[in-house]
Amino acid sequence: MKQIFKALEGDARLTPEQISTMTGIPVDEVKKTIKKAEEDKTILKYKTVINWAKLGEEQVWALVEVKVTPQRNVGFDSIAERIYQFPEAHSVYLASGTYDLAVLVVGKTMQEVAIFVSEKLAPLEAVQGTVTHFILKKYKEDGEILEGGEGVKRLPVTP
Amino acid sequence: MHSSSSSQSKTTTHTYISDKVRTLPPSGIRRFFDLLASMEGVISLGVGEPDFVTPWHIREYAIYSLEKGYTMYTSNKGMPELREELAKYLYSQHGLDYNPEEEILITVGVSEGLDLALRAILNPGDEVIVPDPCYVAYPACVTLAGGVPVPVSTSEDNDFKITAKDIARQITPKTRAILFGYPANPTGAVLSREELLQIAELAKQHNLLIISDEVYGRLVYGVEHTCVASLPDMKERTILLNGFSKAYAMTGWRIGYAASGSEVIAAMTKIHQYTMLCAPIMSQMAAIEAIKAGDREVAGMVEDYDRRRRVMVKGLRDIGLPCFEPKGAFYAFPSIKITGMTSEEFAEKLLREEQVAVVPGSAFGNNGEGYIRCCYATSLKEIEEALRRIERFVHRRLKRPSG
Repeated sequence: MKQIFKALEGDARLTPEQISTMTGIPVDEVKKTIKKAEEDKTILKYKTVINWAKLGEEQVWALVEVKVTPQRNVGFDSIAERIYQFPEAHSVYLASGTYDLAVLVVGKTMQEVAIFVSEKLAPLEAVQGTVTHFILKKYKEDGEILEGGEGVKRLPVTP
Repeated sequence: MHSSSSSQSKTTTHTYISDKVRTLPPSGIRRFFDLLASMEGVISLGVGEPDFVTPWHIREYAIYSLEKGYTMYTSNKGMPELREELAKYLYSQHGLDYNPEEEILITVGVSEGLDLALRAILNPGDEVIVPDPCYVAYPACVTLAGGVPVPVSTSEDNDFKITAKDIARQITPKTRAILFGYPANPTGAVLSREELLQIAELAKQHNLLIISDEVYGRLVYGVEHTCVASLPDMKERTILLNGFSKAYAMTGWRIGYAASGSEVIAAMTKIHQYTMLCAPIMSQMAAIEAIKAGDREVAGMVEDYDRRRRVMVKGLRDIGLPCFEPKGAFYAFPSIKITGMTSEEFAEKLLREEQVAVVPGSAFGNNGEGYIRCCYATSLKEIEEALRRIERFVHRRLKRPSG
């Protein structure tokens, strides 16, 4: 069953028929498994990894370290929820180490990101402090190398 | 096609080349190379190597070793650490107990190991049994070592597996060894433990060595690979050849090993020390890292090959080309007999008309005639496009069978 998901994770556009061929699992079973996984949120969504820089689209990314005061009974979860509800928060992680929450923020301009951090994130009651790191260049995203890569170097016919 | 011809002996023109080499047929694979190089948009299913690049941690380790100044000769037998790691690996993988000091030799790929093994054991005129079809180097290396390759036919009816019964028919007083590689290039065939046991029994009865090229041993799908040397009383009787090329995607590193009894390994080492001296140290370093920490990547690549294997085999069958299920390596070996063409004709016309490169089965022996070798170690997108082109090509032929 895992094979179905591994195939889909590599290429979300594979059809159930293709997956069936690749895994040897009957088409109906593939369809049923995917449907169930979509329902129970094992599959969260299908997305496309786009290199926006190539479209000349300006995007500003920042990794914001957030130090917070955990709250009784709910620990970090309630403050994390207050943060991840903002659409500017692309990803939110609880991390070990010198800070607590790692928030990946995305905006159109540096100004937009700065305003989000200073006016939305930092003033939250449980937040003790933030450190913002602007991302200067993306090399690899979701397992994909954005530029360069290694290309094919092998000869077309070998024994 | 591998038997040496004597027709040229009448030619009186002077040549610097020995009779043995002059009469050796060139590899049928290389012939397409020039034609291919002049064409654009070719999808090649003609390769014999992974489309993965060597996993980064292995490359990184080799780079580090260069930075640290590991640029010199090693011991003839290979670095002790690598031999020890291999001994541990062979024990954990197959329950084999090789002494890394005396029973393992690091070679420049399986290719060198094969050459050394044959030269170490053959007297002029000794016979070596090889499957037909088989990897192009087997019969050629036997000939170069002064032996005589004796092909044993295998066929699609038996999934291209060599059998003890067929081998028995070819054994003569001159037979010294049986040489094969399973999982097989070019067919993808795999022998089961029971089938190997019967061949091992035969080898014992007739006091023969088995030279077993297991370079595709890690690339099996839904079946277990049995190491010939791990069968009862077969360790001393087997020259196990293996390498890092296929499993770890390390073809260009040229690194492999031979394992056998100390007498055979000492004899092979003698030739190796005079001809090769030692395998390149940077490749040995990379191999150490591969054997210690490469399992995760190998497993990932095997899963990937398996997916593509199913797409390739189903695709070929859907086109109407009968294809037995290959359980190992990364080749499918479909029959093209329904087109009425020879393998070479098929391969050449397919390349010219549809820009898909495959290797004619006849390059691997007489019994490969009527088949083509399709390597599925290429991206799914390319496999699917290649299948579409092959379908067009085949269906054009079927409409006018005279073509």
